[in-house]
Amino acid sequence: MSVIAKGKTRDIRELKNIAGNVRINILHMLTKAGSGHTGGSLSAVDVAVAIYFSKMAFDPKNPLWEKRDRFIMSKGHAAPLIYAIMAEAGYFPKETIETLRKIESPLQGHPCCRTLPGIEVSTGSLGQGLSVANGMALGLKLDDNPARVYCIMGDGEIQEGQIWEAAMTAAHYKIDNICGVVDNNGLQIDGPVEKVMGIEPIHDKWASFGWHVIDIDGHNMEEILAALNESESVKGKPSVIIANTTKGKGVSFFENKVEYHGVAPSQEEFEKAVKEINND
Amino acid sequence: MTETLHNPVLPGPGQDTEKKLKATRDAYGEALLELGKKRSDIVALDADLSGSTKTCKFAKAFPDRFFNMGIAEQDMIGTAAGLALTGKVPFASTFAVFETGRAWDQIRLTVCYSNTNVKLVATHGGITVGEDGASHQALEDIALMRALPNMNVIVPADAAETTSVINAIADYKGPVYVRLGRAKIPYVMPDDYKFTLGKAFVFHIGKDANIIAAGIMVDIAKKAAEILSKEGIDTGVINMSTIKPLDEETVLSAAGSSGFIVTAEEHSIIGGLGGAVCELLSERCPVRVKRVGMKDIFGCSGSPDELLKYHGITVENLIKEVKTSLKK
Repeated sequence: MSVIAKGKTRDIRELKNIAGNVRINILHMLTKAGSGHTGGSLSAVDVAVAIYFSKMAFDPKNPLWEKRDRFIMSKGHAAPLIYAIMAEAGYFPKETIETLRKIESPLQGHPCCRTLPGIEVSTGSLGQGLSVANGMALGLKLDDNPARVYCIMGDGEIQEGQIWEAAMTAAHYKIDNICGVVDNNGLQIDGPVEKVMGIEPIHDKWASFGWHVIDIDGHNMEEILAALNESESVKGKPSVIIANTTKGKGVSFFENKVEYHGVAPSQEEFEKAVKEINND
Repeated sequence: MTETLHNPVLPGPGQDTEKKLKATRDAYGEALLELGKKRSDIVALDADLSGSTKTCKFAKAFPDRFFNMGIAEQDMIGTAAGLALTGKVPFASTFAVFETGRAWDQIRLTVCYSNTNVKLVATHGGITVGEDGASHQALEDIALMRALPNMNVIVPADAAETTSVINAIADYKGPVYVRLGRAKIPYVMPDDYKFTLGKAFVFHIGKDANIIAAGIMVDIAKKAAEILSKEGIDTGVINMSTIKPLDEETVLSAAGSSGFIVTAEEHSIIGGLGGAVCELLSERCPVRVKRVGMKDIFGCSGSPDELLKYHGITVENLIKEVKTSLKK
């Protein structure tokens, strides 16, 4: 069996090591591609790694295994993050990441479920992942399938009205087999989120929509694991984790730099970044 | 409000009045209910219009498999895609204008690009929505759906064909858009007819003229062709219920036979059936095509009959268009 069982990795040190590898893979593929979204891929690394390697059951050799837990990267521009994780988990050979954004690559600029098995649904046009996650969660419940659905959203992304339609739906249908994550890195393309279109108070917004809300430091692995455990224990309502993160996390010269939202590292920057991550 | 089309769609004196009139949306509601009884993988979603789209019948019988999404079409489409991704066969319904317009990007990304097994069955297509007016009259829905890769587009001509379509698409794997109407309309298809995706139904191929029609226009086209043929103009009628993928061979053989084509649709003449026929013929068999439909304008309030007359979507106008084209 190639199934990666739920709770496979509980060791914090190991999860941190995986996160370091994933960061390097992200930077590697972005540097090779010459374009792509650096900042928002790096900010969500720790939460996504914890979800995949500590919480989810999945089978890289059988991506459509029906008992798998589901993961949707609603902020599709963080495609390099999901690809780096999938490479780490063994969905495809690591060298495939060098084909990111190239013609006929399964690794499209934004995730495509038709070219890459293991991607649950294509994303990229923002605000749509949570609705799909709800639909999956409802379908799983109809089948008495105990699998859970994880959905990472961007903080800028929740400016989309559809997110709040989906937030209403999850509460209305008491969808408790879903765990939303808001990657609250504070920046979007045009600048600070609060300057472009304020979304605060995020916690109160989700709570008033009927969600169980957990606020954490999105780079603290202990807090992340505790939040994921807590979300699993909440019954009768959906849970969302507000992961307070740093855009570009892990590479000092990318951190909190709005200009690295959609820019890939140069070769020189890549080499410098890898040194930083390895010394961390 | 009037829910029945009287003139010209209602059978006139001397015509077959034995069969009752029925709205395609009513046939949908019943077909979906029957499907639900047979298959546990069928689920339905609606955006607060289940009484009008007739998904209410399914909702009543299978409350656990019905999801009222409230007035939130975009969320409805995403949720339907998610349900499809767990192996369900979701039928998502609302009015055509909201289904295809409000949620177009959701349909594009999570239904077509993701190639999910979602059935979009919209009602209240066209101007025969009537009194509610232009905001509620979908005249661009076929164009919007036809432009999307992986999407199939179907416009049934009567209630019986609708039943056949709903059963067929439940067995088909992939995105489908079905456009239904609000008004009660006559039965036009033969009793033994069974819908096949991508296959037009040929009533007759005319030597002098051919009308390619869809939806309520099939009945109007048949009436026009009958009168024309009595006047010695051999006019064929084709029910092009699948607008995408287009039954190219049938269009080409009609064009080859008469040398010109009239298309008839309750939709904008841009991007719908007329557009599809023109695209094919201009490449493969360049002949004159006259498109009868909404001439790049919005509708307005009025009774369905009044609106059809007002916009020239009538038996008389079809006859006129055929005769005018013949003279050219």
